[in-house]
Amino acid sequence: MIDSEALENERTKLKREIAELRAALNRKEQCLRDLETTISEATGDEDDVHPDTNGGVCHTQLSNDDIARYSRQLILPDFGVQGQLRLKNSSVLIVGMGGLGCPAAQYLAAAGCGKLGLIDYDEVERSNFHRQILHSEARCGMSKAESARIALLELNQHCEIRCHTRLLNSRNAMHIIRTYDVVLDCSDNVATRYLLNDACVMLRKPLVSGSALKTDGQLTVYCYGNGPCYRCIYPVPPPPEAVTNCGDGGVLGAVTGTIGAMQALEAIKVIVGLGDVLAGRLLIFDGSSCLFRNIRIRSKRPNCHVCSAQPLITELIDYELFCGMHATDKDNPLQLLASEERLDVEEYRNKVQQQPHLLIDVRQPAEFEICQLPDAVNVPLAEVLDDSYLKRFSKQLEDTQLPIILLCRRGNDSQIAVQHVRNRFPKHSIRDIIGGLHAWTHKVDPSFPIY
Amino acid sequence: MGTAELKIILEFSAGAELLFGNIKRRQLALDGTKKWNIANLLKWMHANILTERPELFLQGDTVRPGILVLINDTDWELLGELDYELQPNDNVLFISTLHGG
Repeated sequence: MIDSEALENERTKLKREIAELRAALNRKEQCLRDLETTISEATGDEDDVHPDTNGGVCHTQLSNDDIARYSRQLILPDFGVQGQLRLKNSSVLIVGMGGLGCPAAQYLAAAGCGKLGLIDYDEVERSNFHRQILHSEARCGMSKAESARIALLELNQHCEIRCHTRLLNSRNAMHIIRTYDVVLDCSDNVATRYLLNDACVMLRKPLVSGSALKTDGQLTVYCYGNGPCYRCIYPVPPPPEAVTNCGDGGVLGAVTGTIGAMQALEAIKVIVGLGDVLAGRLLIFDGSSCLFRNIRIRSKRPNCHVCSAQPLITELIDYELFCGMHATDKDNPLQLLASEERLDVEEYRNKVQQQPHLLIDVRQPAEFEICQLPDAVNVPLAEVLDDSYLKRFSKQLEDTQLPIILLCRRGNDSQIAVQHVRNRFPKHSIRDIIGGLHAWTHKVDPSFPIY
Repeated sequence: MGTAELKIILEFSAGAELLFGNIKRRQLALDGTKKWNIANLLKWMHANILTERPELFLQGDTVRPGILVLINDTDWELLGELDYELQPNDNVLFISTLHGG
């Protein structure tokens, strides 16, 4: 019989090697482009190029290729040649190459933005494709920034793209952000949002901030003109339990696409000096009823800790500590229960599953519909917490010998459920399954779907 | 003021509605014989329509950090926050801040 595990390992290994080779090729191509730029500058090939004060180059004319390529926006009266030149001489930093960053980068590269910086510490995976539209199946496992660069250069080879593949933090943020004109917050977590805000205030960089979840999106521009900063609006971070990420709450790709495209638009307006920039206002998009709402938010807070005349925060702080949350949207395993109140998947499969027991899956019905264990009954966490489940199981719950097992996707919500149920039924054996259904796939049944 | 009702509209956006029976828009008819400010309104909401985990909406006497309150599409901080006195046909909107991308 063929050893399917060995084949699977070989496949994974090959895929990873191919991804690494692609990334290496990509870096070489960037080196070549950099070198060619240096050569053409040294030999004075381009007479429209002049060194600017930052040691970079400043274009003063459009090439014929530029004119043909950008003709449809060049003829806009408020945009014109000067607008295109400003874009060509601009540099934009995009933080997060996910659902917002991909479309934002795509429109900026297409519009002729001269230099794009892409920050993402993460790698491309299958669950990204529905909304992170620059990545491709062939680039699974590659750094998201590198993957996005490949797609963007196919779109516009004149765009100079710099990848930053590390997590943005208090030590590297100032150094990275300093060289860009505008910053796009396309991140997925609260800590990074405060970090970007503070750094942009200190460096006086406009910050185009987008966010999305489920079918809702929000957009505004901070640190622009007399408008407020993120801290003026949100002086105190939200409690961690009130924060939902896209991995837990879900999100539609067309919603992140809508907000990401508008982030590119606001960045272009800031660079070109076009129209009314969305500062001091918040755009709220409710995709489920296709409602856009533009609300007036407060101006600068006179005692803002970072952007007021007498700031308390004058250098970057520890933002994960400040927010009590990690600067990623990865799983943060909860540890609410003692080990005797928990069960690992093997123990459940080998012992408990063979006996009478009540297996309650506390995920949302839409998740339960995707996949479920045999014998599991679905009681969403909210119905556990408000006790509406009691009626449904009144008969079974009379038997104090019947073990109650709580289950969820990753073993966090199931702990919250155990805490609640054991208070009501102190005589029962009530436990949850460590690592939830993800652990089931990894340790018991590899054919069980992961989402 | 002959009317005994104060009619206002409450709206919820970006997930805040999940704490209020998943209803995004409500028309309220409050007791018009007394004055209502936002502080009283929050107490009324807590007692009458807040169905899920109150700590995800309130913190002490006010809304928790990360929820914006808009009165007629203007940030309540420009209008006196908890002390703002509700007027007939006011629209009060509660928005959860989103962080995902």
